[in-house]
Amino acid sequence: MRADRAAVYDLLAEYGALIDAARFDEWLGLFAQECGYQILPRENLDRGLPAALIFCDSRAMLEDRIRALREANKYNIHTDRHIVGLPRILGAKAGGVLVEAPFAIYQTDQEGETRLFATGLYRDQLEPVADSLKIRDKLILLDTFAVPSLLATPL
Amino acid sequence: MVTAAIWPALDYSRVPYRLYHDTEIYTREQERIFRGPVWSFLGLDAEIPNTGDFRASYVGETPIIFNRDKSGAVKAFVNRCAHRGALVRRELSGNAEQHICIYHQWCYGLDGGLTAIPFRRGIRGQGGLDDGFDMRAHGLRPLRVGNIDGALFGTLAEDAEPLEEYLGAPILAQLRRLLNRPVRVLGYNRQRIRGNWKLYAENTRDNYHASLLHEFLVTFGLDRSTQIGGVKMDSRHRHNLTWAEAESDTDEFAHQAYAGARVRNDFLSLKEPSLVAFHPERDDKLNIAITSVFPSAVFVQISNSLAVRQIRPRGVDEVEVFQTMLGYADDPPEMTLHRLRQANLVGPAGLVSMEDGEAIEIAHRASKPDLDRTTVIELGGAGAISDRDYRVTDVPLRGFWSYYAELLGIEPDGAVR
Repeated sequence: MRADRAAVYDLLAEYGALIDAARFDEWLGLFAQECGYQILPRENLDRGLPAALIFCDSRAMLEDRIRALREANKYNIHTDRHIVGLPRILGAKAGGVLVEAPFAIYQTDQEGETRLFATGLYRDQLEPVADSLKIRDKLILLDTFAVPSLLATPL
Repeated sequence: MVTAAIWPALDYSRVPYRLYHDTEIYTREQERIFRGPVWSFLGLDAEIPNTGDFRASYVGETPIIFNRDKSGAVKAFVNRCAHRGALVRRELSGNAEQHICIYHQWCYGLDGGLTAIPFRRGIRGQGGLDDGFDMRAHGLRPLRVGNIDGALFGTLAEDAEPLEEYLGAPILAQLRRLLNRPVRVLGYNRQRIRGNWKLYAENTRDNYHASLLHEFLVTFGLDRSTQIGGVKMDSRHRHNLTWAEAESDTDEFAHQAYAGARVRNDFLSLKEPSLVAFHPERDDKLNIAITSVFPSAVFVQISNSLAVRQIRPRGVDEVEVFQTMLGYADDPPEMTLHRLRQANLVGPAGLVSMEDGEAIEIAHRASKPDLDRTTVIELGGAGAISDRDYRVTDVPLRGFWSYYAELLGIEPDGAVR
C-alpha cells in the first residue's frame, strides 16, 4: 500500500507538470491504451445529467483532441499552473486503484496577470501497466462550471 | 445621450465601438430591449414536467423563475419579492408548492400571487400591516409566456406582438423542425466571456467567420463555406437562420477555394471519425442550422449536436453564454452516445466554438479605448438587408443592428430595415 501511494503521488504530480509545460504527447503517455477522459460540470452531476464539456470515451478521441489543439484550435495565449491537492485512495480492485484529488488551476496571460481558472476534483481509476500506474479513466468534476473565457488546454 | 446621429451609415455597415462599451447605453438596452417588446427564451417544457417544478432563468439581467402550476400551465414571473426586492427563489431548480422569500417569509403561489405574510395582523393586535393592504396588488411581476413546441419564451411587455408573429415564418419553421419530437435535456454548460453581449449576438449571425476562425471545421472536414448554404431572416431582419447542406461540395473545389486563406486545407482525418459523422434525422439535408432569435436566444444544430443557448448580459463588459444540450426523448442509447460525443464540438471547450470566447474578448479589449471608431460590416455587400444563398456574408448583423436601433429609439431617418 505504501508503494502504491508513492506511485499515485508521482503520477498526479507528473500529470499537472506535463500540462503546465505543454508537453501533451508525454501527457497522453500517462493514459492506458484503453482509457476515458471527461470534464463534467458539477451542475450536471448534481442533476444526473450526462453532457460533459470534454467527453473522450476512447484513447483515439483523446489523441484527436490534442491534435486539434495543435493543428486547428485558437485560444487565449496563456500558461497553466496545476495545484493538485493530497489524493485520497478510495479503494483498490483487480490491481487498479481508485483515487480522488482536488485541484486548482491558475492561468497566467502574456502580461503576467494570473486568475483562478478552475477548481474541482479528479476521480481517477488507475491501473498498473508494466511497472508503472496509468490512467484508465479520468473523471474531472468541475466546480468552476461557469468557464472563464474558454477551455482549451486539458484540465 | 446617444441619438440617431451615432450611425455613420444608414445601412448599419458601420457600428461605433461606443455601442459595446457605454454604460448608459447598456442601461437603456435593459429597459427598451430586454424589458421591452421582445420575446426572450426562458427554458424548456421538458425541464419542468411536474406540478411545482421550477427553474430560474434570466431576461437580460432580470432574474426570473418559471414553473408549472396546479392546472399544468407554465407561469413565469420576476424572481423578486414585492416587499424588499430580494430574490424569492434562490435555488436554480427544484419542486415546491410555493415560493417563500427567506428575508421576511412572504409567500407566493405557483401563479405568482402573494398568498401569505407573517405577522400580517401583528402580535397581540400591535404592528403588522394596515387592513387596507391589498395582497392582490403585491404578487410577483408576471411575464407573458409563449410556447413553441416545448421552447418557452417570455416577455415583460404588455404590448409585445404575439410570439409566432414576432418570430416570423422562416424562424418559426426552424424551431418546429428542431423541436419536432419531445426533447430530453442532456446537460448544461456555461461560459463567461469578458466582452459585451452584442459581440456574441453578432457572432452567431456571422457566417463569414465560421470556417476561418474555427479551423477545425475545415481541417477535419465538418463544414466548409464551399458547401451549399446561406442566411435567411424574418421580414424585419432581426432574427437569422444560418444554414448549410451536408456533403454539398467536393474536396477539390474546397481545396481551391481555401488555397488563398490561411486555413489548413489538406483536410486531416480524425482517429475517431464518428465525432464528425452526420446521421440525417429529417427529410432535408441540413447539417448546420443556427437560428438566432433577437435578442438573446440561439437554437443550434451542428451535425447531430443539438442545443439552445441563452445570451445573458452581465454588465457592459461581460456576457454569460448558457447552453442547454439536447437530445430527443425517444433517442436510442447509441444516438444519445453519439450526441454526447458530438457535444465535444460546442460549448466553452467546443472544438468548433471555443474560439468565439477569444474572438469576442480581443474585439472587446481593442475597441474600448477608441469609442468613435467603427466596425466594418460589408461581406455580402452593403446596402439592402436581404437573404443570401451563399455563405461568405455577414448581412444578418446589419439586420440585428437595424432592429436594435429601432428599439433603442436611435433609428435614423432613411435607414434600411
